[in-house]
Amino acid sequence: MFAIYTRELKSYFLTPIGYTFCGMFLVVSGLLFAYNTLLLATPSTDSIGEYFIYLMFVFAILLPLLTMKLFSEERKARTEQILLTSPVSIFGIVMGKYLAALTVFAATFVANAFNFVLLFNYGAPNASSILMNIFGVFLIGAAFIAVGILLSSITENQLIAAISAIVVNAAMLLISFVAGNIESTFWRTVLKWFSVIDRFVPFTNQMLDISAIIYYISLAAIAIFLTTRVIEKRRWS
Amino acid sequence: MIQITDIRKSYGNKHAVKGISFEVREGEILGFLGPNGAGKSTTLNIITGYLSADSGSAKIDGTDILTEPIKAKKDIGFLPEIPPLYPEMTVLEYLGFVYDLKGCKLPRKQHLKEICEVVKIWDVGNRLIKNLSKGYRQRVGIAQALIGNPKVLIFDEPTIGLDPRQIIEIRNLIRMLGREHTIILSTHILPEVQAVCDRIVVINKGEIVADEKTEDLINAVDGTRKMVAKIVGPEEEVLKAIRSLGGVKTADVLGKRDTDSISYMIESQERVDIRKPLFSMLASKGWPLIGLEGMELNLEDIFMRLVGKEKDKEDKKTRKGVK
Repeated sequence: MFAIYTRELKSYFLTPIGYTFCGMFLVVSGLLFAYNTLLLATPSTDSIGEYFIYLMFVFAILLPLLTMKLFSEERKARTEQILLTSPVSIFGIVMGKYLAALTVFAATFVANAFNFVLLFNYGAPNASSILMNIFGVFLIGAAFIAVGILLSSITENQLIAAISAIVVNAAMLLISFVAGNIESTFWRTVLKWFSVIDRFVPFTNQMLDISAIIYYISLAAIAIFLTTRVIEKRRWS
Repeated sequence: MIQITDIRKSYGNKHAVKGISFEVREGEILGFLGPNGAGKSTTLNIITGYLSADSGSAKIDGTDILTEPIKAKKDIGFLPEIPPLYPEMTVLEYLGFVYDLKGCKLPRKQHLKEICEVVKIWDVGNRLIKNLSKGYRQRVGIAQALIGNPKVLIFDEPTIGLDPRQIIEIRNLIRMLGREHTIILSTHILPEVQAVCDRIVVINKGEIVADEKTEDLINAVDGTRKMVAKIVGPEEEVLKAIRSLGGVKTADVLGKRDTDSISYMIESQERVDIRKPLFSMLASKGWPLIGLEGMELNLEDIFMRLVGKEKDKEDKKTRKGVK
């Protein structure tokens, strides 16, 4: 697993994908940050919460860049043969790839956090609120990566893997807006239960919501489990 | 060392492998022959654990690939039809990755260097794989299979697309590796098998049609020998004389090549050497024999005959069925 982790990590920066992801992520999130702090913020409003909602959409679109090739390219180039005929478990292969993508994401996210350091220079923002938000958003990103890997394992085509991952991620975010406009209380409750954004609300209120944490982690775990099943299944078909 | 028992595999309605069983003993080089689409790659993919069979079992050194995959895979080095290379890595980076992936315990630098020297890629160690020629890529693929010094090596068409000199090098390499490893070599080139393998398994349409020692197979199928003789002399009379010679099955005029000699295609009966009587007869008549050449059977011939036999059986079966 460690061999696959290091190879993927290196591979991100031997090809342009790693740089593209980091660059686009930092530029877009930087612009959003400036927009939310310099333009929208007034002493009475807390526009930082809104920034994190925007950030989720950035994740939904950019994280598939990291995950799209992880399995689809291996399958197309038939390099998966060396992975699947080596003494490594399928779960180990999937986790190696997942952790590599997660590492690139986390590193970029840490670099992005430099924005907040600037914020402390010019005002007195609520540190615990920011940390809580960062933690919550990171979990969402981690779930999106798992979803991206699952979709990459289904197709040989990187583009389809990326686009379908963007659609699924966006759908998980947009459920919240749909739920708000539904008459039936039953369906509204159901949709809100699944909504990634609704689960996020406690974090913006500086609450460590265990059920939300479990929800995000389960999302990632289910996607990873399904990925191993997809790969295992292919051996039999 | 390798035990294959009644392996079956279908893709949807297509039966790719229909009950294949064979065994490879320790230190043996087995040639695995068959035309394209015969099920060679599928079988090899099952043995290496890349695919799972619908039924049957594959055991490597007594370990079942399905029930104990990690243990079994440790003993296998596999070169698939398309070498599994990552173009963005250098050769040494790639081999280092495979070394880690296989959890190899041998001294790292020394082991990798040894392998690179055996397959002669040490000089391109720091080049990107995407910039290598096909021959070098193939060798990196072989190097990858050798990492960890596995007991069993499985090569799926290792010489395909190489130039003649590279083919000879790779064959020599495989023969050398055969001293310390048990090898399955899949190919559809007969001279390759003749040059390298101890035993041959031929498959067609997912079934084994022959499993014999290399010489036996070639002799068995090559029951009658064909040769081409160039003789100077009157065509009709020469042909008549040859046909009346004991042990000759058929004789025909192939055509005139030189100005005064005529080529004849002569087929002798099973296990009869007619070269000496042919020479004495021609000498006594005063017809100079200026060339005698045996025609080697190639895989197509052997194959056509093996498959032909199978077909005859099938035809008989269906005919019986109709009755």
